[in-house]
Amino acid sequence: MDNFLAARSQMALSLGFHIIYACIGMVMPFFMAVAHYRWLKTKDIAHKNIAKAWSKGVAIFFATGAVSGTMLSFELGLLWPNFMKHAGPIFGMPFSLEGTAFFIEAIALGFFLYGWERLNPYFHWFTGVVVGVSGLASGILVVAANSWMNSPAGFDYVNGQYLNIDPMKAMFNEAWLSEALHMTIAAFASTGFAVAGVHALMIVRKQNVHFHQQAFKIAAGFAAVAALLQPLAGDIAAKSVAKRQPAKLAAMEAYFHTKPYSPLVLGGIPNEKTKEVNYGLEIPGLLSFLVYDDFKTPVKGLDQIPIENQPPVAITHYSFQVMVGLGMFMMLISILYLIAIWFKKHWIYSNWLLKLFIIAVPTGFIAVEAGWMVTEIGRQPWIIQGVMRTADAVTPMPGIAWSFYLFTGIYISLSIVVVFLLYRQILMVPKLYDKPQDDLTLSQA
Amino acid sequence: MEYIIIGFLWLSILLYLVLGGADFGAGIIELFTSKRHRYRTRSTAYHAIGPIWEANHMWLIIAVVILFVGFPVIYSTMSVYLHIPLVAMLLGITARGTAFVFRNYDAVIDNMQRVYNRIFLLSSFITPLFLGMIAGGVIAGKINLETNDFLSAYVWPWFNWFSLTIGLFTVALCGFLASVYLIGEAPPGDDRNSFIRKAKQWNVIAVFCGALVFIASIVESVPLMQWIFGNPVGATAVIAASISLLALWLLISKGKTVVPRILAGFQASMILLAVSYAHFPNFVILSNGQHLSLFEHQAPAATMTALAWALIIGSLFILPSLFYLYYSFQKDRHKGSFVEH
Repeated sequence: MDNFLAARSQMALSLGFHIIYACIGMVMPFFMAVAHYRWLKTKDIAHKNIAKAWSKGVAIFFATGAVSGTMLSFELGLLWPNFMKHAGPIFGMPFSLEGTAFFIEAIALGFFLYGWERLNPYFHWFTGVVVGVSGLASGILVVAANSWMNSPAGFDYVNGQYLNIDPMKAMFNEAWLSEALHMTIAAFASTGFAVAGVHALMIVRKQNVHFHQQAFKIAAGFAAVAALLQPLAGDIAAKSVAKRQPAKLAAMEAYFHTKPYSPLVLGGIPNEKTKEVNYGLEIPGLLSFLVYDDFKTPVKGLDQIPIENQPPVAITHYSFQVMVGLGMFMMLISILYLIAIWFKKHWIYSNWLLKLFIIAVPTGFIAVEAGWMVTEIGRQPWIIQGVMRTADAVTPMPGIAWSFYLFTGIYISLSIVVVFLLYRQILMVPKLYDKPQDDLTLSQA
Repeated sequence: MEYIIIGFLWLSILLYLVLGGADFGAGIIELFTSKRHRYRTRSTAYHAIGPIWEANHMWLIIAVVILFVGFPVIYSTMSVYLHIPLVAMLLGITARGTAFVFRNYDAVIDNMQRVYNRIFLLSSFITPLFLGMIAGGVIAGKINLETNDFLSAYVWPWFNWFSLTIGLFTVALCGFLASVYLIGEAPPGDDRNSFIRKAKQWNVIAVFCGALVFIASIVESVPLMQWIFGNPVGATAVIAASISLLALWLLISKGKTVVPRILAGFQASMILLAVSYAHFPNFVILSNGQHLSLFEHQAPAATMTALAWALIIGSLFILPSLFYLYYSFQKDRHKGSFVEH
């Protein structure tokens, strides 16, 4: 395996795993806080048990997210030293703030996990909220750093020199808001569907129904709202991409030839040699409409971009299709769920709706991965859009392939253990939480 | 501004050494405790570090962020030439952090506990070993920017007697810090006495490893003696550390718990001071006698100002809440119950 490909694969692998741990770690605290709040208000012990059960998930994912994040902060330099040498001072601002947010999250989590029966109930609840808020802030800050790579700002690039650095301008670059919005909502939708689906499965299996129903309602509520907002955020993000990175947009849409009434291609197999899309469904004018709000204005196609500056088309297009398709599927479930809540109460725990949620367990995360592939592969061949090529940033150290194999082994085994642990947690729900009096003795122990 | 940032960098390295070190040390002393006593060592250690272990490791992240934002050339040079020990350290951190959490959050208690525990103990040893080797590599003066030979570029800078002995010294220091810290965490009686014994043993080991570092520095022709004793600050720091060591032995023999902790932390900071002061503002020492200086290789002024403010404001949030965290669980421990997770 060639060194450059190995470095890219290792980075993709690390981020691909971290993005899942991080999404869950930053969203679950909010679910937990809602359940916790309901317990404080209603004194329904099920809600306390839900908050406790979820807090164990949070602890597991926070730890895996924290270590994989630590790895990433080193991997940036280990794999891309030349990038970090120049980019560090420019886009480092969000990272230094993220350090604070992350630190506060760790402190608050310490309070929350070990604070049951010890802290004032509302202060305890508040520490759980702080975990969520600071986790979310960390996520947004990291995305701001990524958005700078897509939309470099806050410096002048003159003769290979990075001059007039302004870290604040770099942080608040053009892409940060649209990317942060899209990613945050994605985190809520993906985690919401995953959690709701797991509890739906337990309801269908008729185990600890009350516990799982309450848990399901909280997670599904978050998931539904997020999935309904996501197309809007996606639209904002796509318009921003069209303006800043026409090559990425063209690759997403497999749009080779610039023409008026630019078509939107659904599905299809792009052929990068012949510049054709086979078997795709073209809807004329729709791409123009989505980008410019009118059907006629031509969108810039790949033919207007020098071949050496084009990203890989096929994989970007497929990833984009997968993301949008799954997003639509989740939106559909969300609409059904909201109809159920407001108009057809008997639908809520009907088997067919629960089964839809069970099917949707992985969809959010697959969509997150696909969307992340769109943004990262779509940015190629650049590591800093239009300024530095990824190939020029890679470490001179040979043998990165070995490091890639090692990290692959680590991440896969880590994920297997995490899934195994969650499975055992769920398995233990009846034992730990079935009878209120059991819980009482547990918490007094 | 650069002084504020360098101050934060030094402080975060120190806090990581002391707090993270004590945390690693808890695993190290358990590793070297006979099977019979392991369980009790573990339960004391777990109660002590459970709520705070995540926070202890944040200092590493702060140090890394300061390096890559404020001193990018130093960060990228270290990343390239110390790639291998950095990866080893990362694997250690990952294995350790996850094994610790998995050990506590596995809903079923069975044979898996032994697996988590094995991983936790081994990585508690390996991580500070490589941390020390990285630190040794930074100052050993063997980083060669010109060579194309794989071994001289990527292996010899950190794989030499000097770095290796610093690695061992770091491990011993962690064991020492942890056992001094845990004296106060263990209930008075047998348990506490065993930690007092351990503290003394680890202290002897640390001093022995320290002597090895000096021998290795001569073998590898690193002017360590001159760095430490060639200036009044370094010499004073070492003398102060030695005197406080005597006080520490006296106090732990009397069963004191709080002051020895402060003294142990003081000793670690004096060691760090003695080593870092001598070649300040140089950070990385290269094989051709040149240095990477914190002053010459700092980021542009706008970045440094922003970073300094971020650190100042961040510490206003972090430090009080961190103290409150330590305080809450210290206070609570004395009230008794410490189960449930």
